[in-house]
Amino acid sequence: MNLRRIILALSLGLASLLSTTAHAGTRQSFSICWTIYAGWMPWEYAQVQGIIDKWAGKYGIRIKAVQLNDYIESINQYTAGQFDGCTMTNMDALTIPAAGGVDSTALIPGSYSNGNDGIVLKGQGKSLKDIKGQNVHLVQFSVSHYLLARGLETVGLRERDIKVVNTSDADIGGAFATSEVQAAVAWNPQLSTIAAMPGAAKVFDSSKIPGEILDLLVVNTATLKDNPGLGKALTGAWFEVMALMKAKNAEALAQMAKASGTTLEGYQAQLATTAMLYEPAEALRLATSPQLPDAMKRVAKFSFDKGLLGAGARSADAIGVAFPDGVVNGNAQNIKLRFDDTYLRLAADGKL
Amino acid sequence: MRFINRHPERGGRLLLALLPFVLLLLVYVIASATRLAENPDDRLLPSVGQMADAVRQMAFTEDERTGEYLMWSDTAASLKRLAAGLGVAALAGLCLGIAAGSFPILGAAFSPLLAVVSMIPPLAVLPILFIVFGLDELSKVMLIVIGVTPLLARDLEQRAREMPQEVLVKAQTLGANSWTIVLRVILPQLLSRLLVSLRLLMGAAWLFLISAEAISATAGLGYRIFLVRRYMAMDVILPYVLWITLLAWLTDYALRRLNRWWFPWSEGARA
Repeated sequence: MNLRRIILALSLGLASLLSTTAHAGTRQSFSICWTIYAGWMPWEYAQVQGIIDKWAGKYGIRIKAVQLNDYIESINQYTAGQFDGCTMTNMDALTIPAAGGVDSTALIPGSYSNGNDGIVLKGQGKSLKDIKGQNVHLVQFSVSHYLLARGLETVGLRERDIKVVNTSDADIGGAFATSEVQAAVAWNPQLSTIAAMPGAAKVFDSSKIPGEILDLLVVNTATLKDNPGLGKALTGAWFEVMALMKAKNAEALAQMAKASGTTLEGYQAQLATTAMLYEPAEALRLATSPQLPDAMKRVAKFSFDKGLLGAGARSADAIGVAFPDGVVNGNAQNIKLRFDDTYLRLAADGKL
Repeated sequence: MRFINRHPERGGRLLLALLPFVLLLLVYVIASATRLAENPDDRLLPSVGQMADAVRQMAFTEDERTGEYLMWSDTAASLKRLAAGLGVAALAGLCLGIAAGSFPILGAAFSPLLAVVSMIPPLAVLPILFIVFGLDELSKVMLIVIGVTPLLARDLEQRAREMPQEVLVKAQTLGANSWTIVLRVILPQLLSRLLVSLRLLMGAAWLFLISAEAISATAGLGYRIFLVRRYMAMDVILPYVLWITLLAWLTDYALRRLNRWWFPWSEGARA
């Protein structure tokens, strides 16, 4: 009877559908994903205005920038191999693709949070110390959680002094409006909403830890290596939009504001707490700064303490993180996240 | 013989029942092995061994921070919410269904309301639920209650309407008043239907429970799944999904046995 063979062939066929991963090699067409956030809206503008097409054409390739609605899902899709690149924070780049064994390169450090993430308490004249013993609502294991851990350190508290309640970012605004929620950690635009509620005060924010929460464009290392045109085109398109933003181009800013569901004033308020790295030289300075390895070390320690590096990780150094000039954090035999300055340097030298 | 007239033999039936499961398992194992061969750190389709390790970690190792066995404390938290929600929904649905189905005057008042309310997707009014019921256990239980009660009430109302007129007339000629008819004629018949309805709505109840836990919680099966999704720990998520499936199937089975035990007549057996 052939049934056994048929079953085997059928399962192999179905299995191959499930097991597709991004394949390296020279290719013509690429796709990257991005999600709505003040510092990533330039991708929307670059896609709609044909700036990405223009730069991709220059290097003889095609690039599609796809907006996804769910941030974590977008990173998961990238990690599963559905996209060649994706926007994410440095912490999520370490804990999702890198810890999932997908060698990833931080191509463009676009901005860092400079007040875009904050801790908010209710009550008059409160300071961060008053958080002790409270239920703190936040998205667990996110940059909010990291910010909280960093904030608690500064006032000599530990996480066991409080209790974290996992609350979805979409609902944190509604949650904070109820009387039983007294403390929350959030990012913008929700942060500005809850901090503006009567009787609420922002007691700590990311401007106190500048350069630790980075918003990156991450691409698959193998794909980038085989297709340097991808890195050049993306970097070129990005800094073309950056120049428009730095010049306060009203039309560009208005379109980004609209696409992120806010007004021009609202968007500019969000940009005020986002340290955009408008010039290639600024981005290059951040990527090569000696503070970056220190920041990543803290992020790796936090991620390991929370079990985010996976069951196989024996220490915070399990995953190697490489920086320009050959500096490596952690296991040099297992480098899965790379901060690369090749393309930033080309952009800074005007060679794109 | 025509295909429509062919029946499986006893052994064949078991084989046919197992076949799709074996096939699914085979597809998974092959796909997982392929991905892991390409990237040993892949998290999307963990191997059976990795999942067993995760279960050992979650179910049989004390959590360092809380000293609890996470999978069991999650299960207890979720089942408590589910039981409370379904319990309240069953009671409210039964009362509303009987009232609207047996008394035409009450039916005129409640029926249109139930028909409209049962169409509101509860997940769409979540922010309102938060503000009214807060963020604690109450809001999670209420989400189940609000989601399940109108459906339950409408089903029971319909069944009460279908009660043979002869039975009601007979009871009245024997001297029963309205209250006695509800208590002695309608309620016993509807109780059996309540168990059947609950079985059918179990899926919806789990859906509401997991949604509520995803939004704000500190423990629960849905909470854990959405939490570890943050770093794509499919080795935890998949066993949790299997566990939820098993729990749901067990409750379904228990309700079916209960129905057969309490109301043997409902499935055609002699009392």
